[in-house]
Amino acid sequence: MTEPQIPLLTPINLLTGFLGSGKTTLLARLLADPALSDAAVLINEFGEVGLDHHLVERIDDTMVLLQSGCLCCTVRGELADAIKDLHSKRERGLVPPFRRIVVESTGLADPFPVLSTIKSDPVLRHHFRPGNVITTVDAVNGLRQLGSYVESNRQAAVADRLVVTKADLAPAADMSGLVEKLRGINPDAPLLTATDPAFDVADLVDENLSLRAAALQSTSGFYCEAPAQLATADGGVHQSAVTSFVMIVERAIDWTAFGIWLTMLLNRHGDRVLRVKGILNIAGEERPVAIHGVQHLVHTPVHMERWPDEDRRSRIVFIVDGLDVELLKRSFEAFALDRSSVGDGAVPKRSLQERQSSS
Amino acid sequence: MCSLCGVLGGNEHWADAVARPGVYTRNVERIDRRRERANRVRIANGMLARFGLTITDWQGASFVLATRTGKSEIIEDLGHLWPAAERLCGRPCDPLDVDLIAAAEVAIDD
Repeated sequence: MTEPQIPLLTPINLLTGFLGSGKTTLLARLLADPALSDAAVLINEFGEVGLDHHLVERIDDTMVLLQSGCLCCTVRGELADAIKDLHSKRERGLVPPFRRIVVESTGLADPFPVLSTIKSDPVLRHHFRPGNVITTVDAVNGLRQLGSYVESNRQAAVADRLVVTKADLAPAADMSGLVEKLRGINPDAPLLTATDPAFDVADLVDENLSLRAAALQSTSGFYCEAPAQLATADGGVHQSAVTSFVMIVERAIDWTAFGIWLTMLLNRHGDRVLRVKGILNIAGEERPVAIHGVQHLVHTPVHMERWPDEDRRSRIVFIVDGLDVELLKRSFEAFALDRSSVGDGAVPKRSLQERQSSS
Repeated sequence: MCSLCGVLGGNEHWADAVARPGVYTRNVERIDRRRERANRVRIANGMLARFGLTITDWQGASFVLATRTGKSEIIEDLGHLWPAAERLCGRPCDPLDVDLIAAAEVAIDD
């Protein structure tokens, strides 16, 4: 039986990046790497990756098995159908029991619909879950693309891993400008350089950093990499409306009040809240809870094993596209904190909820 | 009990946190689960009052959302709350609405 090898929910990684950002080159590298020997990779075209010399067996028109053990498929029509087909073949034992799927998205695509498909499809959501989003950014053209294309910004903002490609071709000044820009858009995703000799393909799909709380050793106290606190705009690069900010909350958060507020925010502005990521001190809980959302989609919250350090304040990173940051903070203060159930002296005597129930 | 759960059934909304190995269990402590539901109704009502809506628990399985004139809708979980609320009250429920925030801030400062 091959079933025990298959995870309960197979992660689906998304590989995205702007046109010409080195996505395909990275993909070709992924396909040959033993780290992905247990993966199925969905690509747009067989032709563009040049698989012939890796080919072991052709399963059917859309599926081939590679030397590394990796299963490679092209998507024809709907992505959801392609994934369902893979799932069905795996269940029937027609293909090796892959334990992860990597999906290549087209250069101009907004990555969100793919994630949404996985969460909303009635079949897929019981067998798969969204994994890391890997975004490639070209060191030579990246800065310009980020300055002029919305898609490019969105791809960088939703990334769990940012991969800078062609770093060897770009002058050092360009490189540091790009890194700064990327940090402004997405402060917490680990940034990897594809040309770095230490670059390890396994790091791209590894979720330890963001999800498994036990592995949490970050000195920043954040459950992911330290969010770089950027100095506020000094008149410099500010063409894009995509901004990120960190909200630090002193008081323990009521999960329900927070949930109602966040669902309300995402219902109205989900397409502009590119990411929400945070570690929350929930009232009545010893351990912190990690939340992670991409636009309308919020991943299942994770109870972390322990606090990373002494700091017990909640920290939430928001990456927003064109929302008023100050207003968002005020809204959070006004609505997301349940003031009626906390007993300490700092709490106002009459809360909104009490008013409601006593009126 | 984990403060993230509290609902029985095949609920997939993130605010309910799905019971999966290593995440949360929800097959124990029924009283706590009901208490959590009551708490949700209380907090949601505080928010919905601003739009002239009320929410009540229905049999511990769903919620009934209603306007002051009695127009109502059954919702499965809080994930369906806001789209339904907007349908019923006929206007957007926007947490970034300046007037809405200002009103809440006044209430807090009392």
